[in-house]
Amino acid sequence: MADDTAQLLLFGVVIVILTPLLGRYMARVYAGERNYLTPVVAPIEKIIWQICAIDSRAEQHWSRYAFSVLAVNIVCVLIFYAILRLQYYLPLNPRSVMGLEPSASFATAVSFITGTNWQAYAGEADLSFFSQMVGCTAQNFLAAATAMSVGIAVMRGLTQSRAKTLGNFHVDFIRTILYILLPGSFIFALIFVFQGVPQTLSNFSTVVTVEGGEQVLAHGPVASQVAVKMFSTSGGGFFNANGAHPFSNPTPLTNFLQAVLILAIPAALTYTFGTMAGDVRQGWALFSAMAFLFVIGLAVVYAAEGGGNTLLNRLPIDQTTGNMEGKETRFGTAGSALWAVTATATATGAVNSMLESYTPMGGMVPLLNVQLNEAIFGGVGSGFYSLLFYIVLATFIAGLMVGRSPVYLGKKIEVREIKLAVLTPLIVPIGMLLLPALALQISEAASAMYNKGPHGLTEILVAYASAVATNGASFAGFDASQPFHLNAQALAMMVGRFSFIIAALAIAGSLGAKRSVTTTVGGVPTHTPLFVILMISIIFIFGAMSFFPALALGPLAEHFEMLAGQTF
Amino acid sequence: MIWNETNGDLQLFDTGILRRAVVSAVRKLNPITLVHNPVIFVVEIVSILATLFVIRDLAAGDPTADAQVQITLWLWITVLFGNFAEAVAEERGKARAESLRASQKTTETKRLVLEHRMDFETVKSSELATGDVVLVEAGDIIPADGDVVDGIASVDESAITGESAPVIRESGGDRSSVTGGTKVVSDWMKVRVVIRPGGSFIDRMIAMVEGTRRQKTPSEVALTIMLVGQTIVFLVVVAALGPFSFYSGGMVATTFLLALLVTLIPTTIGALLSAIGIAGMERLVKANIIAKSGRTVEACGDVDTLLLDKTGTITFGNRMADAMKPLPGVQIRDLAEAAYLASLSDDTPEGRSILELVERTYGKMVENPAVLRHIPFSAETRISGVDLHPEGEVRKGSEDAIRSYAKMGENYQLTRIIQDIARSGGTPLVVARDHRVLGVIHLKDVIKPHIRDRFMQLRRMDVRTVMITGDNPLTAAAIAAEAGVDDFLAESTPERKLELIRKYQGEGRVVAMCGDGSNDAPALAQADVGVAMNDGTQAAKEAANIVDLDSDPTKLIEVVRVGKQLLISRGSLTTFSIANDVAKYFAILPPLFATVYPGLGALNVMDLHNPQSAILSAVIFNALVIIFLIPLALKGVNYVPSSPDMLLGRNLAVYGIGGIIAPFIGIKAIDLLIGGLGLV
Repeated sequence: MADDTAQLLLFGVVIVILTPLLGRYMARVYAGERNYLTPVVAPIEKIIWQICAIDSRAEQHWSRYAFSVLAVNIVCVLIFYAILRLQYYLPLNPRSVMGLEPSASFATAVSFITGTNWQAYAGEADLSFFSQMVGCTAQNFLAAATAMSVGIAVMRGLTQSRAKTLGNFHVDFIRTILYILLPGSFIFALIFVFQGVPQTLSNFSTVVTVEGGEQVLAHGPVASQVAVKMFSTSGGGFFNANGAHPFSNPTPLTNFLQAVLILAIPAALTYTFGTMAGDVRQGWALFSAMAFLFVIGLAVVYAAEGGGNTLLNRLPIDQTTGNMEGKETRFGTAGSALWAVTATATATGAVNSMLESYTPMGGMVPLLNVQLNEAIFGGVGSGFYSLLFYIVLATFIAGLMVGRSPVYLGKKIEVREIKLAVLTPLIVPIGMLLLPALALQISEAASAMYNKGPHGLTEILVAYASAVATNGASFAGFDASQPFHLNAQALAMMVGRFSFIIAALAIAGSLGAKRSVTTTVGGVPTHTPLFVILMISIIFIFGAMSFFPALALGPLAEHFEMLAGQTF
Repeated sequence: MIWNETNGDLQLFDTGILRRAVVSAVRKLNPITLVHNPVIFVVEIVSILATLFVIRDLAAGDPTADAQVQITLWLWITVLFGNFAEAVAEERGKARAESLRASQKTTETKRLVLEHRMDFETVKSSELATGDVVLVEAGDIIPADGDVVDGIASVDESAITGESAPVIRESGGDRSSVTGGTKVVSDWMKVRVVIRPGGSFIDRMIAMVEGTRRQKTPSEVALTIMLVGQTIVFLVVVAALGPFSFYSGGMVATTFLLALLVTLIPTTIGALLSAIGIAGMERLVKANIIAKSGRTVEACGDVDTLLLDKTGTITFGNRMADAMKPLPGVQIRDLAEAAYLASLSDDTPEGRSILELVERTYGKMVENPAVLRHIPFSAETRISGVDLHPEGEVRKGSEDAIRSYAKMGENYQLTRIIQDIARSGGTPLVVARDHRVLGVIHLKDVIKPHIRDRFMQLRRMDVRTVMITGDNPLTAAAIAAEAGVDDFLAESTPERKLELIRKYQGEGRVVAMCGDGSNDAPALAQADVGVAMNDGTQAAKEAANIVDLDSDPTKLIEVVRVGKQLLISRGSLTTFSIANDVAKYFAILPPLFATVYPGLGALNVMDLHNPQSAILSAVIFNALVIIFLIPLALKGVNYVPSSPDMLLGRNLAVYGIGGIIAPFIGIKAIDLLIGGLGLV
């Protein structure tokens, strides 16, 4: 108990210390200022610019920026699709894995390029090393670089005055990879190797077990992929068991470090934003609002899991360590709860324990985190641009309440921004509620859930929430390989990802072109505790309220029926 | 005058208004016209659907049909209440407009055939066109807004301003503008029609308070989008809930789902939104302010800088002699006598104030002064005075003019006196006799009483006041300090005014400007909010977007207050409306799924006595809250000037937290009541 508390507190302290350090570094990188890595990376950067014929000084209008995002991403999807289909013929396939079938290939490609990393396949069985490395691992970099570039472009829009452009996507994209993702992943991959995570290209090993049986041990270039899937909040594992697999997450130390790695960039970007705004308090205010919701979620999950399952009290089962079904003993309830909340609040969706086996309340928080659509830190970059929609609404309400036009950082929020900020998020309830409701009407699709009753409903809710929010978290008791689900989810992921990117860039573009007005007189200050409270309320009311009826039929019903001793 | 009778508070619920509003509420059920209020429109569609389902269920003998009938009834009542809220505001607006219109009646008028001749033809005022010249004589009503081109007359403007004393209107200068609907008391004048009857400010204002041709303001548009968004979200939520509950093994009556939808969508603010806007306009008219658009009023809430002309606004138009300062070696009596003589022929207020000052001190100085010749003031010489009989002359004027008249070089003593006066905000008037400078008269600007308080109020609203004056910087600084303005622009010219406004706007400030003269027109047009005085020129009124019928520049306080109130009322009621949803979930969700998951009964924290009663109570509360909030929407949420952070905190506490708590109490009370009455 005391150990658990210490571990969770330490996590908070590490994140709070890391946020300004990494945040300031990223601000320098994106501003093109000199930093620690400039001597090493700048020459490489220049060569890439030359090869790709990128004019690093050519700034892009928001629409041009959005076009570049889409163009790069479409090319990535096509390449990844081709790799998955043709992996049998490609090198680094010691086990001669066959090509993935078309719909699964497409869903996987979309899933990785949108940063969702929903895996309708088992990584070690279905993919070659080439697919894992050139496909999955590379896509983790590309998807994250896309989201971070857009996040930074949005920050520029909010902080610059009367500028027609938001920067250059190609430059931001390459900088993200060279200065941030590659160095970070490289260092952490080495640490993970040191902790026992394999990094090899040799074929799976066959070993003789203690009982004398034979077992095939899956391994491969794991450490490199684990480092980047966490740092980029993508979450798609090398193994089907993801972070629960001992080769992926061998020790409590790797468990802790991987959780830190997940939250590092999303948290630090708030500080980057504060630096760009010339007032770091603005960044800390957003950080505080999100941290508050994060801590509440963590507390609920930890309490629910630590409390165990009341239905089991009558059985001779020791529940002193909480509900350990589906959890690894080396992580315990605290280490598991930390991952469950961190990975769902951000867009990671990686797991080190099976969310399916959580208690109803313990499972509801990850679901709600995903449904809030990256409002609690969110994915790298995507968390920030998703938060923009809540910021616009909060500013609008705050402005009305004090009788002034809404202003955020001196930027007047007008009808155009409100329209985008209200209408774009409609995708969220439509995708997260109507799609599963539709699926339940189709008998084959409705049979995808392994459980009946409220838990079954939770399974399908998680699946679609995860797709729309491009999170990738899942309840294992859901068969996503049904054609309806493969297609509906691919659609949900694409719309969920790119509509928000385009709308966020449009808002940023229109705000960036506006004159910045003085905020000294009359406007609502956006760095105060009061604004933090307002942000939390807005996230709760506009993000969570619409899911209550569905949650009532899912986890809440399951919870109360569990207390009443009812099973399904 | 009708105006004056209705100029006070309209009874909040005057029976005549109420009766007409009820009729209008029913008439508004027409879906084609109701579409402009999307939220209430959705409630109407839902009510129609609910009616159909209830008829089906009644025929099928559904045991909950009784409750369904009542719920459906209340859904219709919700629509009517929503319409009623808007209708009340419109009817009150119409009552207000009626009084404005009284001054706009069609009258016979005399249109001149040729402008410079006096022959006219009699036409209806509605037939006039812009540019026509009409003759108005004693007893005539001025047919339209216009400019006096010839003649002088006294005009009773009480129909517009409520001020009973007639005012003088004459051609040329700043008093040449007349307002349609006012009445000539004496003499005659020729008026060129500037705005055709029907196109004037008052007509625009009438359209706005009646709510008929009211354009939605930007914040209203934004808010409507948000409310539509919320409505779509809850449509999706309820649509998905059908399949979800079917999957869960429970059949939920469609009427109950529709009830859930209506209680969740923001009906409260949806119903009150346009009422708030119309009522805001009506409050402005009550304060004798004519705004050209709702957008302007809203912009007033953002004003953070107010530019005011010194003269006539901060100070009375004229300066008064306050003291006499002789040069060393000059008897003060000699100075007084010279000043007295020099002012004898000067009938400007300044001149008269010098006579008064001297008489107050020394009595009548000179009996029957022998005046040979009056030298009137001219802008060229900047000097005035008299030549005496048989000889001798006295002069008064500006320092430069008198020094050149007296051929006086640099004089340290004189300069010191003049600087002292200037520093204290006064104007020095130098007096000389027979080419010898005697001393200086201290003319003082008299600051209007209570102006300081008004500026204090503005400051509390975060509005900086900037005084504009043609005075030199020293004088300006002294008056600025005395009047309590935050800043000043000295030695102003129309160009510098314009420049200043652009500079402030460049800093991102929202600038309001009060003005009356023709040379103010460019600045009024450039400012975000231009407030013209009703007694100002037509050009000024055209350039401005607000006209104050009382010609009181500090009226801006009222406009800012109404502008802010409009936004705050909308924001607060939106917050209240959305916060209500929390309690409604607790009321409706447990009974909705009670048969499938009885465990959810744990969420029935209000302990409502049965499922039908719970849903019905929530629907009734949702409808009644509209009626309860109508007075608040009409009066506007109380605005206490304070820092934005405090204001936000207070309103969030009252309408946010209040909005969460109120329905828990309300729904429980209604549940007890309908349980007691045995309705379900």
